[in-house]
Amino acid sequence: MSALVDWIAYACLLAGAFLCLTAGIGLVRFPDVLSRMHAGTKPQVLGVLLVMVGGAIRLQGMAAAWMLLLVAAFQLLTAPVSAHMISRVAYRRRHVRRDLLLVDELREAEGRDSVYQGDEPADAPPENPAQALVESRREDREDGSAQPS
Amino acid sequence: MIVVEVIAHALLGGGALLALIRLARGPSLLDRVVATDTLLVIISASLAVHAALQRDPTVVPVLVVVSLLAFVGSVSIARYVGGMLLQSATDDGQDVGLPEAAEERESRR
Repeated sequence: MSALVDWIAYACLLAGAFLCLTAGIGLVRFPDVLSRMHAGTKPQVLGVLLVMVGGAIRLQGMAAAWMLLLVAAFQLLTAPVSAHMISRVAYRRRHVRRDLLLVDELREAEGRDSVYQGDEPADAPPENPAQALVESRREDREDGSAQPS
Repeated sequence: MIVVEVIAHALLGGGALLALIRLARGPSLLDRVVATDTLLVIISASLAVHAALQRDPTVVPVLVVVSLLAFVGSVSIARYVGGMLLQSATDDGQDVGLPEAAEERESRR
């Protein structure tokens, strides 16, 4: 029984290690940032989960198992966030082979801002400074007419 | 179980070496970010493999730290590159003020 459990753990560890190798091969061979990210995130979720399952089987003790579960949960929570941010910046900085894309919905996106693209800091200057100045002056005038001082 | 140990470490080491090659060759900053992210994941996986094969739970808290550091590092570099984009953007929505992307340069060559 113990030997069978050990072999299951070994299989999980070897599968996770194999996914790490495939990530390296994909990183070297793929052509642009998005496809390299596609290869590089294979061990980030499935590989880490497999290795954590193998480790939790081998390390007999609930403390280690809970901590490995915590690592797996952190990976599942943080991998989509960082991948989303990196791929968004990669698209905007044109590190994308557009000739390899089959669907490119962001290219003809309606309602794009002319300057800001959704990543500006909260205290950024207005997008069109001249128009913003005219509008704020008009609002000032309307306030002044409503409440003459 | 020496065989399992050798095979697992060979696979992990090969993956880490290939990630290092991509980290050195670039060509862009974001490629290096992706390679660093993958390298940190491979490092944490190999720590976990070591802990599992030796039945040695002392490195398990390090795994939590490494996985959180990978997230913070990649997100902060992505924000930094996005700030570079914002400062050099122009009126017509095309960021023509930027240097051309490395992939475009390679494909034109």
